[in-house]
Amino acid sequence: MTDLLNNLILGFSVALTPMNLLYCFIGASLGTLIGVLPGIGPIGTIAMLLPATFALPPVSALIMLAGIYYGAQYGGSTTAILVNLPGESSSVVTCLDGYAMARQGRAGPALAIAALGSLFAGCVGTLLIVLFGPPLAELALKFAAPEYTSLMILGLVCAAVLAHGSLINAFGMVILGLLLGLVGTDVYSGMARFTFGIWALNDGIGFVVVAMGLFGFAEIISSLEQKEKRELFTSKVAGLWPTRADLKASWGAIMRGTAVGSILGLVPGSGPIICSFASYTVEKRLAKEPGRFGKGAIEGVAGPESANNAAAQTTFIPMLTLGIPGTATMALMLGALMIHGIPPGPQVMTQHPELFWGLIASMWLGNLILVLLNLPLIGIWVRVLTIPYRFLYPAILLFSCVGIYSLSNNSLDVILAALFGLLGYLFIKLGCEPAPLLLGFILGPLMEQNLRRALLISRGDPTIFLTRAMSLAFLLLAALMLFLMIAPTVRRRREEVLHE
Amino acid sequence: MAPMGENVKIAIRATKDFFSGLIFIFFGVLVVLVARNYPMGSAVSMGPGYFPTLLGGVLTLLGFIIAARALWVSGEEVKSLALRPLVFVLGANLAFAIMVRSLGLVLATLALVFVSSLGGWEFRLREVTVLALALMALSVGLFVHGLGLPFNVWPQ
Repeated sequence: MTDLLNNLILGFSVALTPMNLLYCFIGASLGTLIGVLPGIGPIGTIAMLLPATFALPPVSALIMLAGIYYGAQYGGSTTAILVNLPGESSSVVTCLDGYAMARQGRAGPALAIAALGSLFAGCVGTLLIVLFGPPLAELALKFAAPEYTSLMILGLVCAAVLAHGSLINAFGMVILGLLLGLVGTDVYSGMARFTFGIWALNDGIGFVVVAMGLFGFAEIISSLEQKEKRELFTSKVAGLWPTRADLKASWGAIMRGTAVGSILGLVPGSGPIICSFASYTVEKRLAKEPGRFGKGAIEGVAGPESANNAAAQTTFIPMLTLGIPGTATMALMLGALMIHGIPPGPQVMTQHPELFWGLIASMWLGNLILVLLNLPLIGIWVRVLTIPYRFLYPAILLFSCVGIYSLSNNSLDVILAALFGLLGYLFIKLGCEPAPLLLGFILGPLMEQNLRRALLISRGDPTIFLTRAMSLAFLLLAALMLFLMIAPTVRRRREEVLHE
Repeated sequence: MAPMGENVKIAIRATKDFFSGLIFIFFGVLVVLVARNYPMGSAVSMGPGYFPTLLGGVLTLLGFIIAARALWVSGEEVKSLALRPLVFVLGANLAFAIMVRSLGLVLATLALVFVSSLGGWEFRLREVTVLALALMALSVGLFVHGLGLPFNVWPQ
């Protein structure tokens, strides 16, 4: 217990330095901004800003990048409520009841409940990292190559199972990602693989390049495809404060949303979108009059908005403690760690305690900053929403290109990113979700190394994955996930939840 | 999408799945072919070709299953590609990539803004010119003077 207190004191002493506080504020503001704006998401933004963080100390860089991620969950609800568009994909469900409330002149309470629910969920989610992070990391220190291989298989299976669209397509995306990750010099033999004679590819394809193309550029093209219509329902938000009846109706939903989001956030591949859907379904099931949903039920805003923010915090747990990212955004955060020369894994917590605890303390501060940014300053974001997309996307493109180019001052990276943009757009058209690909891409080289090492230990005997208890447990879990998805009843439920 | 050509007898029911299957087959086969140049090794000491060949094979297989299934299980059809934004957004990237080193950041920024603006639904020359000049000033000010990134500002 005293350990925990000391760690938290250490964390706050790091997070409260003026510089880190500033980066936390910048991250939270940027996150809100891109959350409010449709057509640009946290993955693209984090990839775009990564090169700009090279000069920062690693703690400040992570504090800012994390702020962008959870800040986007706050900002997304504003657009959903006021414009009936998901500013962030995780706030799709908030459109249903949030916009209905705005049409009834109750935009203020909807925004306030979304922000307060997110604050509560964010604080609880962060507390969970504090409580479960250290024991998990301790457990993970005992993992060897076979456990890591099985754990990654579990992670990738979850990512495929929880992706939109058909399961077999999602597996194809995972494998394609793993393969793309192998481009470059093989660490064991020193042989250059899949470089097609291009020198610059010897170090592999940069993950910023892949993320920017698949998410950033593809998102822009696909936003330009839909005709722009952004009608602000209310230009002035009057009366922010929810009534006592609103609070009474929402607090249960906030608690349940937080629980749903915290648990689902831990599952690799799930992320905030699925959590908000799950919470909405729960609220609708439990409601005395489910007919009110879609017509301005405040629980339909409170639950999902709490859930997506809780998940945004707890998805950090596997990334920080095991060194295995559960979502595409976490894959980028892991990449940020690596760029700053910190090998990810359970040893981060012991070798860089100031980084781990500083990041966590900054999450509490960041959530507080976000409530201040999103409620009293709501007018600014409403005005941001009136900027036409035709001014925004050339600017986004420019920042992206400059960011990619400055990775290694090589034009080839920009060209490659354009190719990934093409691929990403095709995948959007074909209904294949790109997130599993990015996850596979980050895990590809790690998985190959661990697989080789495991089979070296066992002298080529593949049963090593089944004879070690933890490894077997991971594989059984993966098999269970697969079995559940193929079982017809669950399959139908999955489609229901994902398509609702 | 209509069946391709007159003499194609089998109608593709789910074009989305069919084309994603083809993409997977393309990459799978490419990987397996390229990986033939790398030593395979054995399971005990895997060579650089082992893991890619394994994955490439599985990807090809998945691709075939997805594409074949699309022939008799009905599914969604691909809607036409939005060529205009696709060409101009990616074209703007390529223009920037080609120009930035030799012609400098100023011209590359102008080119990027003008080309990418052609990808939108409306192109108003005056607006785009103002935007391009503003972003040019911003990129030189912020990236070159602010962050000190090593860009050539003017043509070399």
